[in-house]
Amino acid sequence: MDAFISSYVWPTAIIIGQSLLLLVALLVFIAYILLADRKIWAAVQLRRGPNVVGPWGLFQSFADLLKFVFKEPVIPAGANKTIFLLAPLVSVTLALAAWAVIPLNAGWVIANINVGILFVFAISSLEVYGIIMGGWASNSKYPFLGALRSAAQMVSYEVSIGFVIVTVLLCVGSLNLTDIVNAQSDGLGTMLGLPASFLDWHWLSLFPMFIVFFISALAETNRPPFDLPEAESELVAGFMVEYGSTPYMMFMLGEYAAICLMCALTTILFMGGWLPPVDIWLLNWVPGIVWFVLKASFVFFMFAMVKAFVPRYRYDQLMRLGWKVFLPLSLAMVVIVAFVLKLMGWA
Amino acid sequence: MGLQVLFFYLFAFIAVASAFMVIAAKNPVYSVLFLILTFVNAAGLFLLTGAEFLAMILLVVYVGAVAVLFLFVVMMLDIDFAELRAGVLEYAPVGALIGLILAAELIIVVGGATFSPEIAKAISMPIPAVSERTNTAALGDVLYTHYVYFFQIAGLVLLVAMIGAIVLTLRHRQNIKRQSIPRQVARTPENAVEVVTVKPGQGI
Repeated sequence: MDAFISSYVWPTAIIIGQSLLLLVALLVFIAYILLADRKIWAAVQLRRGPNVVGPWGLFQSFADLLKFVFKEPVIPAGANKTIFLLAPLVSVTLALAAWAVIPLNAGWVIANINVGILFVFAISSLEVYGIIMGGWASNSKYPFLGALRSAAQMVSYEVSIGFVIVTVLLCVGSLNLTDIVNAQSDGLGTMLGLPASFLDWHWLSLFPMFIVFFISALAETNRPPFDLPEAESELVAGFMVEYGSTPYMMFMLGEYAAICLMCALTTILFMGGWLPPVDIWLLNWVPGIVWFVLKASFVFFMFAMVKAFVPRYRYDQLMRLGWKVFLPLSLAMVVIVAFVLKLMGWA
Repeated sequence: MGLQVLFFYLFAFIAVASAFMVIAAKNPVYSVLFLILTFVNAAGLFLLTGAEFLAMILLVVYVGAVAVLFLFVVMMLDIDFAELRAGVLEYAPVGALIGLILAAELIIVVGGATFSPEIAKAISMPIPAVSERTNTAALGDVLYTHYVYFFQIAGLVLLVAMIGAIVLTLRHRQNIKRQSIPRQVARTPENAVEVVTVKPGQGI
């Protein structure tokens, strides 16, 4: 009995505890990310943004949560009820599931698996199902068009994201996310004789890929300027037209969880994860999680600024960018990086 | 060990049940969704055997790309379900025959090593132990180092197939206006704008 408890019950309890802790922290983070998104958007347009609930509007997201939960869920008569309700569940579950392998600090990861980056890539390629299922099950024209657009868009940009990840993997030589971060503790900067600093991270050595990844991440999470699945000027709200109350909130939650995931992934792949920007004792003393959250927040700030600045792309422009610009660029970069690594003997 | 067996039966049961539902479901969209469930459970089975790379590639390629295309096509089709189901019994014997042949082939391939143990020894690339090489790296050794030419030839065959499909369907229509991005970018105010002084009462 003791052996049973020590080999099964106790590890399971630890994993559940860690997952709950991560989920609660993540959901609170998402609540404030949402607020930050609206505040930044407002500031760019010289508005105040939400400022009524709580001091400086700090509790706005929680008020919104209550509002969504207490509203009546409406399911259209012609809708396919099971899939209609399954779709938001799928999108939110998948977006949260990928966080199991994200390392927030050295050793702070629930599942430190060998193929971590592939797991995240697989999960993010499944996220399209929430949208397609929601669009189809609504049994209505606009949601269906929105779902079709988003399916094509997400599949297209997945390709270039895949190649960007391949270039990073070539430099690291491992698919483990912790290894990817640790590999950035020395690089371009240390090669020039400088102490370990932010110049070692992949954003500099793989610079064009950093930009390609950032823009592809915008498209992959359906953020403006690539929010064509819900282009409200053409499709009302795309695949979400028929959704209200809690199911709608779950779509939004899934979307923002996916955005946070992409911010975390950008941080891990290109910005050195939890590593301090300069390797001196004062900055090393700050816990790694602080650096991680700061960097991820900075990436999100750029996401929010892009939303405020850039007008929406036309659909053919979007496809052209994905297939005719990013795909050849990232493919060429894979070849170049592989050749450089081989010829210089760095591989 | 007990937990692994439990998970094996869980994944295997859901995989078989949802594979049955793929052909039993009335609505083709349900069929594709059950197919996706089958793929996901097959990925779970791969994970249990330690083939983590294959599991993830199954998810990325089949669930993330191929099944999306299936779903895409099936949703757009305008299918008369009654008509679709009318001929099921007619084709049942042929289907059963194909199924039988497939099953026999699978048994020969998978069971070959069991029936005659020499076959396992004849395999030229022994699989290294998980402790010394992760299976991502081991697969890379086989594909890109030992059998690189076969891999390249397979890639070329796929490329030819892709170009063939494009050539067959591509129609470059004349007489329609196309957007040329390089030309638009190259335009400057000097060659695009003409300033004219219009005299009153004359127009241009």
